[in-house]
Amino acid sequence: MDLFEYQARDIFEKHGVPVLGGVVATTPDEARAGAEELIGGGPDGVVVVKAQVKTGGRGKAGGVKLAHSPAEAQEKAAEILGMDIKGHTVHRVMIAQGAKIAEEFYFSVLLDRSNRNYLAMCSVEGGVEIEQLAVERPDALAKVAVDPIVGIDEAKAFEIVETAGFAEDLKAPVASVIRSLWTVFTEEDATLVEVNPLVRTEDGQIVALDGKVTLDENASEVRHPEHAELEDKEAADPLEAKAKANGLNYVKLDGEVGIIGNGAGLVMSTLDVVAYAGEAHGGVKPANFLDIGGGANAKVMANGLDVILNDPQVKAVFVNVFGGITACDEVANGIVGALEILGAEATKPLVVRLDGNNVALGRQILADAAHPLVTLAETMDGGADKAAELAHAAATA
Amino acid sequence: MSIYLNSDSKIIVQGITGGMGAKHTALMLDSGAQIVGGVNARKAGTTVTHKNHEGDDVTLPVFGTVKEAMAETGANVSVLFVPPAFTKDAAIEAVDAEMPLIVVITEGVPVQDSAEVWAYLQGRSTRMIGPNCPGIITPGESLAGITPHTITGKGPIGLVSKSGTLTYQMMYELKDLGFSTAIGIGGDPIVGTTHIDALEAFENDPETRAIVMIGEIGGDAEERAAAYIAEHVTKPVVGYVAGFTAPEGKTMGHAGAIVSGSAGTAQAKKEALEAVGVKVGKTPSETAALMREILSA
Repeated sequence: MDLFEYQARDIFEKHGVPVLGGVVATTPDEARAGAEELIGGGPDGVVVVKAQVKTGGRGKAGGVKLAHSPAEAQEKAAEILGMDIKGHTVHRVMIAQGAKIAEEFYFSVLLDRSNRNYLAMCSVEGGVEIEQLAVERPDALAKVAVDPIVGIDEAKAFEIVETAGFAEDLKAPVASVIRSLWTVFTEEDATLVEVNPLVRTEDGQIVALDGKVTLDENASEVRHPEHAELEDKEAADPLEAKAKANGLNYVKLDGEVGIIGNGAGLVMSTLDVVAYAGEAHGGVKPANFLDIGGGANAKVMANGLDVILNDPQVKAVFVNVFGGITACDEVANGIVGALEILGAEATKPLVVRLDGNNVALGRQILADAAHPLVTLAETMDGGADKAAELAHAAATA
Repeated sequence: MSIYLNSDSKIIVQGITGGMGAKHTALMLDSGAQIVGGVNARKAGTTVTHKNHEGDDVTLPVFGTVKEAMAETGANVSVLFVPPAFTKDAAIEAVDAEMPLIVVITEGVPVQDSAEVWAYLQGRSTRMIGPNCPGIITPGESLAGITPHTITGKGPIGLVSKSGTLTYQMMYELKDLGFSTAIGIGGDPIVGTTHIDALEAFENDPETRAIVMIGEIGGDAEERAAAYIAEHVTKPVVGYVAGFTAPEGKTMGHAGAIVSGSAGTAQAKKEALEAVGVKVGKTPSETAALMREILSA
């Protein structure tokens, strides 16, 4: 889960990373009140009004503006709120205290999948696009491997600032901030903590001026119940929210063929096979990813079908199950049960392909039910083709 | 022959008394695998009873520690069905006991825990498969995990995959030919055994004539495997990659299955594999057809 900048700021503060004052606002009035709180009515105060979106390049898009008074902060917030930045609607702004910046640096620590450890990256040239720096001037970006058991201890923090080439008098204060950022990484179970820019202010403070944090959702589930509050509920698609409430692994996509399967790999593969089949049927595409998981029973199947059939874009559904742990008779009972509950509301055709554990019984249950909407398919390819054909027929009817 | 697991493997189950542990202990016994006991510190000294493949009752001892279980039974494989919050400690206990192979089935393990376990394994004698994986099967010999043993039997194909059900689908497509060993390495960002490890083992296994490698979006494991194949693998390899239709930034079920920016796309993986002469199927059935061509040549 990616966090908003204001959430990252709060988490930084909690773990002792130096940050400037920041207040989140969802309306221009709140922005004014926030600016009031940060700079009072004084004539010299400056605040920055920053769009809170989970994408880069918001500065260039006009999502970051200076304001010299609470009234101006209100004005700028009104301009920024509702703005569209790379497809992300701005629902919140952060009013941040202004800073007199002397120098800008870069620091991040992240999970390094390829090396199965962590990687710290640091540069005395911050504020720029780090991907660009890495390509154009790789020598300017220090990359230091971090052992997951040892972590960033004092020696490692100094190795990072040495490698990055910090001036002698900055080494200790920057290393200290890096240690605090490491605390954020481990205590919050992050897979990424990035500060760009990390700055030295004119009065000599080292401050994290912007923050990007990605949390590991497995860890949030296991040991951070408090992370649930950080979820961006506005952004979640209503069907995704419903699926999540039922413990289903669902991702809404833009297409006409609803997909239900078991196991992430097989469902991903089913999406691909349906997309290929769709090429021969008016270009219909998969409407979603839905993994009912291992050992799914009739109730889980019914819940999944309920989510998919409520997607108005879906014209036909393809259920592709290979029973490993999952028993095909349970899946078949789930389909029959869900159709009974839905009754006359169920109007979309279902193509069902079952193989594996208890397949004969599963197919028999569906054959006996003889529901007019259900078609049995012998193979995955055949089922995908049939579902694409039916979706195209319904879409053009 | 086979890789990592054979009829001599003696298996214990960490978490043998839990729901998943009990269910799959029974299924592993049913496959004919030698399950010799289990571990649960709170139920040490008790036993569990399941039926074996001949329908006879088998009573298995439950030990307090992995070390004790190994000493008493001679176990050389441990399968973990431990809840994600306790997986790290259970894995480290098995590593400390010098268990040669641990197979971590548990889904939802925090990635920092996996990173710690991986770091802890360095310089020690244990191989880890998983976490979040279906485990490993050597058809007709042994099963350490949750792969259905009824899909197919012994044969010349080695299979390595991130995904469980795709493994089953591929085994089913090629069920008339059979498999030497099929290993599901798991879909998490950090796993103990990689495609490359499995490719190396299959290359050295005289029973394996050809290899199917199944990948999916996320990370660069398939690209690295492609580079390895070019240098070190002489046996024919057929590839399949799932997730061509996955959009950027959306996690597709597995914690590791996410396209970030230009990295981790199915297309890039397919191209990397084809560049080193691996034939890549567009669908599981096409991949199976490619394997048939190779084995009938």
